[in-house]
Amino acid sequence: MSTLLEVDNLRVTFPTRTGRIEAVRGVSFSLGRERLGIVGESGSGKSQTGRAIMGLTPAQAEVTAGKLAFDGIDLLAASPRDRRALRGKRIAMILQDPKYSLDPVMSIGRQIVETLRTHEKVGKAEARARALAMLEAVQIRDPARVFDLHPHEVSGGMGQRAMIAMMLIAGPEMMIADEPTSALDVTVQLEVLGILDRLVSERGMGLIFISHDLRLVSSFCDRVIVMYAGKVVEQLKASELGRAQHPYTRGLLNCMPKIGADRHPLPVLDRKPEWAA
Amino acid sequence: MTAALSVDRLEVVFDRFRALKGVSIEVQSGESFGLVGESGSGKSTLLRAIAGLAPAASGSITVNGKKLGTRRDKAFYREVQMVFQDPYGSLHPRQTVDRLLQEPLAIHGFADGEKRIQRALNEVGLGTGFRFRYSHQLSGGQRQRVAIARALILEPSILLLDEPTSALDASVQAEVLNLLEEIRRRRKLTFLMVSHDLAIITHMCERLMVMQNGEAVENLAASDLVKRHVTKDYTRNLLRASDGFVRTA
Repeated sequence: MSTLLEVDNLRVTFPTRTGRIEAVRGVSFSLGRERLGIVGESGSGKSQTGRAIMGLTPAQAEVTAGKLAFDGIDLLAASPRDRRALRGKRIAMILQDPKYSLDPVMSIGRQIVETLRTHEKVGKAEARARALAMLEAVQIRDPARVFDLHPHEVSGGMGQRAMIAMMLIAGPEMMIADEPTSALDVTVQLEVLGILDRLVSERGMGLIFISHDLRLVSSFCDRVIVMYAGKVVEQLKASELGRAQHPYTRGLLNCMPKIGADRHPLPVLDRKPEWAA
Repeated sequence: MTAALSVDRLEVVFDRFRALKGVSIEVQSGESFGLVGESGSGKSTLLRAIAGLAPAASGSITVNGKKLGTRRDKAFYREVQMVFQDPYGSLHPRQTVDRLLQEPLAIHGFADGEKRIQRALNEVGLGTGFRFRYSHQLSGGQRQRVAIARALILEPSILLLDEPTSALDASVQAEVLNLLEEIRRRRKLTFLMVSHDLAIITHMCERLMVMQNGEAVENLAASDLVKRHVTKDYTRNLLRASDGFVRTA
């Protein structure tokens, strides 16, 4: 398996009035053409990890790493111009809520065409045709109609499909999906995941799936990284989640109510200071 | 047994959109009743209509044997209190916890405020150390505890819970759900709880109603849902969805 992304000892630090806050503290992993899940609770550093790879860390923060390389390109040494060329073209990112991540004053079709024409030299007519084909690929029934709609005119599930279409149109090799389905209804969630799954495997892309939902991630991904307080506490195969060793992973699995499990009260996480050490 | 809360053929119309199409429920005293459905199914609207936050076009709502008019009086809010979904939006950002809890007491003219505030804060597991903090100094779980304390401070008999844990992390969700169960047991409260998560509803409630497009799909006992004794396809879909992602090869 060829390695697409290598991350070694990644750190993201935010200067604040009360001192430096380390959001990500020495995260290392590598990604091939596979589905990797990053799971953790709010503040665990999972989103900052994704953003650092993408190059979307806020300007005041400091990103350091032993190695942060995408397909052999050193991302930390790359110029902003080179990173911009990568972003959207070879590395794409899907955000949580289409209500905020799509431009509200631009029609969905125009946004998709804009992405395509930023990265490739294509004529207007061809760009339109490709955008329509892409909308069809994400199972939007009437692509021509949706092309002209604005984001506020479509449902959350439809908006997220449009987002996926926009991210995939330039044919990226790696995709970072940060809570792509958390804002959606459970039934819609599965449809969107199904589309994402099919497109990712058809195109042989590498996927980083960031989520707080351990069970969802383990049913979707090949491998799972569990983060706590900016660190990786456990890495395991998704199929072996039941055999998780770390008390945090097990606690996280246990504390969710399950249909058919009659546990009152629910077990709660007893956070140990040494987990964050 | 008397019904603590009964809703009869309730209609809610916004402009020309019918958000609730003749929905009826009956919740017995001391019972925990769940409402499940996807966004737009009308489950929150039903809760808001009971609390007087959404206009009822027709139908009736009866609380503890008393039929409600279009305006809610103070006595109603002594009996029925609500906890909202987003603890970041439901607490006043420029008021301390103490001030937030004083407000309902002042409105209802309680003299023993001091004692009640201390009791409510202890009951939700925060303790009086949190009394003079602002909500931005609290975590999501702590904020939701303050919101629960505010609901409890008038000693209501019915709590309306609108997705009380969906904005919280899984581990914090477990703590808040445990707290709610404990309070219900101790105070013999009646719960009407809305959630999109079937697992939470089966965990917290004895009976539930599945809703879609402003209508009731079916009424079930939680134990039937666990045994998957459901009659409607829509409920089956929800059940399947809550099992997680299944790859179709």
